[in-house]
This record gives sequence, structure tokens and C-alpha cells, in this order.
Amino acid sequence: MECCNHNHSGEHELVVKNLSVSYSAQVKAISNLNFSITCGHRLALLGANGAGKSSLIKALVGLIPVNKGLNQGEVLWRGEPLTKSTQEIAYLPQLDKHQTAVPFSVREVVAMGRYPYVGNTRNYSQHDKDEIDQALELMNLQNLAKRQIDELSGGQVQRAFIARAIAQKAHVLILDEPLNGLDVESRRQLIELMHTLSYRGHLVISSHHDLRTVHETFDKALVLNKEQVAFGDVAEVMKQEEVKQCLGIID
Amino acid sequence: MVDFLDSQLYQRALVGALLIGFSNGFVSAYVVMNRSPLKLSALSHSLLPGIVLAVWLVGLTAWSAFVGAVSVALLMGLSSVWLAKKTPLDQDTVLAVLYTGCFAGGLAMLNRLQLQQELEGWLFGNILSLSNADLWLSFSVGVLAVVVFSLFRRSILMVLFESEVAKTLGVPVNVIRYGVFALLIMVLMTTFQAVGCILAIGLIVMPGATVRQLTHSVTALFCWSGILGAIGASLGLLMSYWVDLPAGASIVLVQIIFFIIAFIYKILVRYKK
Repeated sequence: MECCNHNHSGEHELVVKNLSVSYSAQVKAISNLNFSITCGHRLALLGANGAGKSSLIKALVGLIPVNKGLNQGEVLWRGEPLTKSTQEIAYLPQLDKHQTAVPFSVREVVAMGRYPYVGNTRNYSQHDKDEIDQALELMNLQNLAKRQIDELSGGQVQRAFIARAIAQKAHVLILDEPLNGLDVESRRQLIELMHTLSYRGHLVISSHHDLRTVHETFDKALVLNKEQVAFGDVAEVMKQEEVKQCLGIID
Repeated sequence: MVDFLDSQLYQRALVGALLIGFSNGFVSAYVVMNRSPLKLSALSHSLLPGIVLAVWLVGLTAWSAFVGAVSVALLMGLSSVWLAKKTPLDQDTVLAVLYTGCFAGGLAMLNRLQLQQELEGWLFGNILSLSNADLWLSFSVGVLAVVVFSLFRRSILMVLFESEVAKTLGVPVNVIRYGVFALLIMVLMTTFQAVGCILAIGLIVMPGATVRQLTHSVTALFCWSGILGAIGASLGLLMSYWVDLPAGASIVLVQIIFFIIAFIYKILVRYKK
């Protein structure tokens, strides 16, 4: 199931221009970010705690309104403000953010991704059901579809959330610390999944803490320290002295 | 049993118990999934001064009590968030301070405004004093609860499950939250009539807590919680008649018996496996 083929991936560009996010006059989360990236890549957001990764993620998914109040700048997707095409951007928050008291099955979680198309009251059409089935199959979750989401392992839950993003027909998947709390095998599987998604034409953006696995997981990196320290190919970015200083890398 | 049903007082109370029990039971499914019963308990206690003030100013009508209750609830909810941000205290601590203060204020107002005869009714409920207008109100609230949760089921559940993701998918999260909040206040108002503000939390939590032990289906949780709420309230009323107990306490006692039965059944089923 292709997202964007290589002919179109250049048109599917995420552009961040002069983005600054402030929570108050005294607390500035990020200043003056400028970068652009197309589909088919895997971008790591790197930086210490408090560097602005979560604030950037929230601005990218629309949870923090850009260009409102103390916030400035633009986030454009396919040349238009991001707010015009929110269904093409999928947000996968940290694993512990969902409410386990809601007895959702895996299928019901994946079906959430169809909300932009069915709204609140419309029944799911056969097309919607097919999209949900395909997403479950792609993530190898078809046998777990009727299981309760809180019965699944961390890795399986992440796959369910990615299936939701696929059912949503999202081009961009933005993940907040997806490898946290996963065992070694689940981490390996998720990294492989991120590669598969980018090969299929999705843009995968993820905050990341483990510097040992940056090279194998991502092809692009954005290093933050409340401002943009570096952006570009992972290999080039990680060689820069100021990046090493920022991330505390000792040669 | 024949005497019970012969009495017009008890007939009306039984209809009230069915209606109030159902609407409370139905929304208890939401309260249990939202994991907010203690916050709701604080809220139910804090409604007293708003209701008392409204009654004193304009007299007791369904709307005056509701507006008074919602005003205080909103004030308390917003104050707790604001104070938690401005002080080193967490929101639970702030809520505890505010709700006990509000409740004490309500009791003082009842005394000062010479409404002591209303006091026991507000504190412990008086299902036997329900008027036809009260029954129509309970019926309307019940219908509204079913309609709102059925029509907006998808959005409500998404907000419950993952509110940030729901927002990114286009769900109007704040509208849903405030709308459900207002509906919970309306249901709480009808609960006061049956069991009073002290025990109100029992009726708006226990049916959902009981059924949640037995089912993983959201639809079954809502439906069976409503049914259990209605059955429990009716049996509690019957028990209060036969055993000569206060109706409000009997209703809540029956609900906790149901909870214990469900718990034991769950253990037995697990043991057999």
C-alpha cells in the first residue's frame, strides 16, 4: 500500500519557516526553526530534555497554534498552512498517554483514523471498513483485531497506532518517543517498520533519545537546543562539533 | 407488595427511582471510563451553595437550581485549575479545599437563610417527595443523556481514549468536554432528589463500576449500567419500604451489593478457568 510514489514525494513537502513557540513571555520553547523535508524520509528530532522536541511535535500536529499569541512562524504542508490538511498528518503520542479504562478493541482504535472521513454520526462505509482491514493487515494485526488494546504489548500497541495512521491515509507520521518502554525485539521491529513506511513514501518524524541507534533508524536529523542547532543528513549532522557538544557526545 | 403499589406516594417514587436510576446508571459508564469519580464527588458537594443561593433568590424551580449548580460547578472547576497552576499544590488538593469550603458555605447559607427544613432533603435526598414536574425533569434528563451519548458516542470515546490525538483528527474536544460536563451536572441534579448530595456519587458511579467488571463492550457498558441503575434504585426503594430504612441509603446499599456480587462472580469465573 503506497503512500506517495516517488514522482509525487517531492510535492509532498513539509516546510517550517521561522517557527518560534513560547508558553509565556519568559518561557520560550523553540526559536526560529527553519527546515523543509519531503515524503520518503525518516527525520530524527534530537536534543536534551527541554530542548523543544515535544513543543515542535505539538506545533507540527496542530496542538499548539502556530502564528497565534506569542507563537510565530509558519508550518506548511504541500504549500498550504498545515491546518488545512490535518488528516494527512498523524500524531502518535507517547505510549502511556492513552486512557486504558476505555475498553477499545484494536479494531476500534484503528477505526479512529477514519474520523476525518466519517465524522461523528456517519456509519462506516464498506470503503472505510476495507481501509481499516488493510491497515490491520499491513501491521500484521488482523488476528488481534478483536483483542482489547490494553491486553497488547507495547510493541503491538505502537503497531495499532501506526495502523490507525495508515487508516487515516496520513502522509506524515509524527511519533513522540516511540521506542520508550519497548523491549529489544519490539524496538527492532518498530525501527524496521519505520524504514518500511518511508520506503512506501510516508514521511516519518520522531523524537529520539538513543544516539547509538540514530544512524540505523533515520536518514535525516534535526538537532534542537531551544533553537535549531543543525539539520540535514544524519551522517553529516552527527559529525558537527556543535552537535556533539549539544548532545554530549564524547569522541 | 400490594400496599407498596397502592400508595400513590410510592408509585411516584418508584417511577422516579426507575428514571433517576437509569439516567445515573447510563452516565456512570462514562464516569468510570473517565476515571473521575472522586472529582465528581467533590463537584456534587460543591453544588450545594449554588443551589441554595438560586433557591433563595428566585425560588425553587428546575432551571434556578440547574443554573445555580452549573455556575458553582464551573467556578469551582476553573478555580481548581487556576489555583493548581498558581500554587505548589496539585489539583486534587485544591479540589478538596474548594469542595469542603463550598459545602460548608452551603450549610451555613441554609442555616442563615432559614432553609433548615430543606437541609435533610438536600443532604440525604427524599425520593418520596418527588412531584410530577420532578418526574418529567428526570425523564427529560434521561432521554437527553441517551441521545447525547448515542449521537456523539464516537467523539466522546475518542476524547476519553486519547484527547490530543482526537483533537488532531478534528474532534471538537473542548465542546465535547464542556457538553458532557453540563450533562453530568444535570444528571447530578436529579440524583440529589433521590439520594442527596452526600450519596449522589454512589448512584453515578456504582452501576458502571459493577458492569465494567463483566464486559469489554462499550455499548454493553452503557446499556447494562443504565438497566442496573434502574433496577438497583427500584429494589432499594422497595427495601426501604419493607425494612424501614432511609430510601437514599437503601438505594446505594443495593448498588454496592450488586458490585460485590459482580466481583465475586468475576473471581469465580477466573478460578474455574
